[in-house]
Amino acid sequence: MIKVNGLKKSFGKLDVLKGIDIEIKKGEVVVVIGPSGSGKSTFLRCLNLLEEPSAGEVIFEGASLTDKKTNINKHREKIGMVFQLFYLFNNLTVLDNVTIAPRDVKKLSKEQATEIGMKLLKRVGLEEKANVFPSKLSGGQKQRVAIARALAMGPDVMLFDEPTSALDPEMVGEVLEVMRELAREGMTMVIVTHEMGFAREVGDRVIFMDEGIVLEENKPSELFGNPQHPRTKDFLSKVL
Amino acid sequence: MTFYFVEDYWMYYLEGFKWTILLAFFAVIISIAWGITLALFRLSSIKVLSWFAVAYINFIRGTPLLVQIYLIYYGLSLNLPDYLAAVLALSVHSGAYIAEVVRAGIQAVDKGQMEAARSLGMTHGNAMRRIVVPQAIKNILPALCNEFIIIIKNTSLMSVIGISELMYNVDTIRGNTYLAFEPLIVGAIIYFITTYVLKHLIGILERRLKASD
Repeated sequence: MIKVNGLKKSFGKLDVLKGIDIEIKKGEVVVVIGPSGSGKSTFLRCLNLLEEPSAGEVIFEGASLTDKKTNINKHREKIGMVFQLFYLFNNLTVLDNVTIAPRDVKKLSKEQATEIGMKLLKRVGLEEKANVFPSKLSGGQKQRVAIARALAMGPDVMLFDEPTSALDPEMVGEVLEVMRELAREGMTMVIVTHEMGFAREVGDRVIFMDEGIVLEENKPSELFGNPQHPRTKDFLSKVL
Repeated sequence: MTFYFVEDYWMYYLEGFKWTILLAFFAVIISIAWGITLALFRLSSIKVLSWFAVAYINFIRGTPLLVQIYLIYYGLSLNLPDYLAAVLALSVHSGAYIAEVVRAGIQAVDKGQMEAARSLGMTHGNAMRRIVVPQAIKNILPALCNEFIIIIKNTSLMSVIGISELMYNVDTIRGNTYLAFEPLIVGAIIYFITTYVLKHLIGILERRLKASD
């Protein structure tokens, strides 16, 4: 579904990604872990071109996203993204947050979009918050709305950029539960996270990144149970 | 001091006030639209547009409004009705100031708002229009309010091109009554009440908008 070839990204003189090759298959849940500054968020943001790669290519469902001629907006519809800091639209109600993209991008009618929106809000357990503004929500509620917002476009893959890192500990569970549910339904997911327990539980494959390269990738049981690279061992011994 | 003249001339004040409000009203609408457009030009990645906006804003902010009024009224000789030329001059002027206010407001909106919108497949333009600019406008309302009040005060300069707004009529009253001072005081009070009321109306609007905070 997503194929990444020789992906590099530099900010000025700083080389954040130094050549990444990965293939993500349909229905797969890939978890990316690694220390801060290892480039995992940058890698994720390159997948929908929120960061423009300096070199290499990203191929999504057969189309090269890094090709200048590609209409990136068309493909972003199919790539949902959830951010660490939620980024709900502050000027819109919860329901409008979820329905704005289907209406603006897919040109759905208000009624159609509202139907989809309410269904998704119900699914994340927030239908009673449909008409409040994001500022009235807790962090966990915001993140669940953000997931509903991304799902409203009917994406083929969901990207999660440290979705629980900005949450109070007691709110992490409710967000992970929604993600777990998604994984169970067979959604293709790429998750950058520090939640090792969750990675082990829902991941089909775990990727360990450090200093802009993929050091190790394996099934969760293997990577956590029997890490090969010394850097992976060192990292896991600190976080587990 | 004597204010008996008001009895004979209150219609002049009223008539002048009507024109002041009309000029300011249309100038406010046009200069907001123009100011937002200029701000978007200024932030545009298209070099020609941002260069134009920078040059325009610098020129307007670096020259007196009175000179701009003459430039538009006499210099361009557009054959416009006087009051349209007046609205145009006010908008050309205020648009530059509003553009800088809007630009600051847009840059103050968290970059994540734009990223989230783009990640959903929205175009840059639509994300700006539906997500970023509405939030920017809310943030800059106090500064915009200030600009509206300045526009109302600036309409008084339109007396130089013969628009019979409030200041022009004050001058007429002064000439007719041979009173140099008192008609000005009445005029000043009218300006003050107008801007004071406006300031409070916008304050109410601002509190309403805060509902979404």
